[in-house]
Amino acid sequence: MSHHIIEAQDLHYSYPDGTHVIKGVSFRITHGESVAIVGANGAGKSTLLLHLNGYLRPTQGTLRIGDYPLTKRNLKSVRRTVGMVFQEPDDQLFMPTVFDDVAFGPLNLGLPLTEVEERVINALETVGMPHLRDKPPYKLSGGEKRSAAIAAVLSMSPDILVMDEPTSDLDPRARRRLIELLKTFEHTKIIATHDLDMAVDICERTIVIYEGRITADGSTLELLQDETLLERSGLEKPLGMQSCPVCESNEKKVIKDGLHSTGRRR
Amino acid sequence: MAKIDKNFLDIGYTDHLSRQLTPIHQLDPRAKLVTTLVFITTVVSFGKYEISALVPFFIYPVVLAAMGNLPPAYLLKKILLVSPFALLIGIFNPLIDRDILINLGDIRIAGGWVSFTSILIRFILTVGAALVLIAVTGFNAVCMALQKLGVPKVFVVQLMFLHRYMFVLVEEASRMVRARSLRSLGNGGAGIKTYGPLVGHLLLRTMDRAQRIHLAMCCRGFDGQIRIMKPLKIRPIEIGFIFGWSALFIFMRFFNIPLLMGNTITEFLR
Repeated sequence: MSHHIIEAQDLHYSYPDGTHVIKGVSFRITHGESVAIVGANGAGKSTLLLHLNGYLRPTQGTLRIGDYPLTKRNLKSVRRTVGMVFQEPDDQLFMPTVFDDVAFGPLNLGLPLTEVEERVINALETVGMPHLRDKPPYKLSGGEKRSAAIAAVLSMSPDILVMDEPTSDLDPRARRRLIELLKTFEHTKIIATHDLDMAVDICERTIVIYEGRITADGSTLELLQDETLLERSGLEKPLGMQSCPVCESNEKKVIKDGLHSTGRRR
Repeated sequence: MAKIDKNFLDIGYTDHLSRQLTPIHQLDPRAKLVTTLVFITTVVSFGKYEISALVPFFIYPVVLAAMGNLPPAYLLKKILLVSPFALLIGIFNPLIDRDILINLGDIRIAGGWVSFTSILIRFILTVGAALVLIAVTGFNAVCMALQKLGVPKVFVVQLMFLHRYMFVLVEEASRMVRARSLRSLGNGGAGIKTYGPLVGHLLLRTMDRAQRIHLAMCCRGFDGQIRIMKPLKIRPIEIGFIFGWSALFIFMRFFNIPLLMGNTITEFLR
C-alpha cells in the first residue's frame, strides 16, 4: 500500500523570524516501519513533525505523503492519513468530554452517527479507558490524558501515526503500558523522542537529528551503541545499554576489598 | 484552592449540567433556541416603566431550570456575577429621572427608580433564560443550532472559539497566578507593578496555546462545520414547545396578569 510512504527530499524550514531550523533533511519511510526521530532539545524534531501533516510548509525541498507531493489541495486527505499525537495532551483535548473528544475526528470525516459511536468505543477500548468516556478531559491524570489523545487519533483510523514525545511526563508504569500499546499497533509509526530506551523497544530504525541535519539513519540498536555519534548529536547512550552504576561500584568495591585483604594477608 | 481555580471548575460545570438526560435536554437545540429568542424579544419589548407585567415571565426560566434539573443556587450565582453590567446601565436613571411616578401613601417613588428596577428585572430574565438555555443544551449544540438556523458560519465559529478560549484563558491564568502567589510569600506579589507583564504574558501564552489547539482541531479534520453526536430532529413535541411557550409569552405581553388578578380580587372583595 503505497499511501503509507513518507518521503522527504532536501527539506529546509525557517521560521518567519529567520531561525533556520531544518537544514536539508532527506529520508524515506515505507509501509509498516517504526522510526524513532531522536535528537537533543531544539534539534528540530517537533518542527519536522509539523511538516508531516502539512501544518508547516517547507521553505525548500519536497515532501511526499503516499504518491503525491504535499500541496494545499490534498491537505485534507493527508491529515486523514497521518494521525498526529501532540507532545502536550492538553492542547489536543478540547471537547467537554472524552467521548466527544474522541468523536470529534470521525464526525468531521462525515461518518454516520452509528459508525462514529462504534469507532469511539473501539478506540477507547484499545487504549483501555472505556470507563472514562463521560469524564471531562481536564480531570484526567497525565497518563489518562495521553491515552485519550491517542484514542482521539486512532478513531480516525490513520495509516501513519506521528507522535511527539509520547512518553514525556508519564510515570514508569504508565510509560511501560504505553510502550506495550504502541507495540501492538500495525501502523507506520514515526516517534520523535529523547526517551532512547523507548526507541530501542519500539523502533527498529532510528534517525538522529542534530541542529537541523540528519547525523545518522539506520538500525536503532547499532546507532544507539555508537557513543561518539551520540556524543556528537548531544545525546547519551540509552540507560538500558549502560552498565548499572550501583552494580559497577559494588564490583569495584569487591575488587578493591579483595586486593586489600590479600595485601593484609601478605 | 485559589479562587481562580475554583472558577475554572465552575465553567466546566455548565458543560457537565448540559449532559443530563431530562426531557428538556433531549429537545432539539433549535426549538430551545427559537423559544428563548422569542422570550427575550417579548421581555425587551415592554415599556420603560413596566414592572408588574414582567413578573409572570419568570415562569419560563424557572420551569426550564426545574425540569432540566439545574441547581438554582448555581444559576443565581452566575447571574450575580454579570450583574454589575446591568447595574451600571441603570444606575443613573434615579439621578436623571426624578419625576414622581408612584405614590404609596407617604412614600413617593421617582420614575428613575421604577425604570431602574425594570432594567434589573429584565436583566435577570434575559440573562437567566440564556444561562438556562446553555445549561440544558450545551454550548456547542447552541452554536450548531445557530448555524442550522442560517447564522453565517464565521460568526458561529467565532462564538464557539470564544467559549473555548475562555477555558484556555482561565487555565493559563490560574497557572500564572499560582506561580506568582507561591513566590510572593504573602506580600501581594510585589504589588500592582507585576500585573502589567503578567497580563501581557497571559495574552501571548494563551494565543500560542490557542494556536496549538487550532492546529489539533485542523489535524482532526475541522473545517468550520460544527458536528455533534445528538441527531437533530424536529418532532411534534418540538413544534408544541415552540408554539406553546410563544403563545404564552405573547398573551403575557398583551395582558398584564398581576393587574388582572389584582382587579379580580378587589372586585371579589367589594
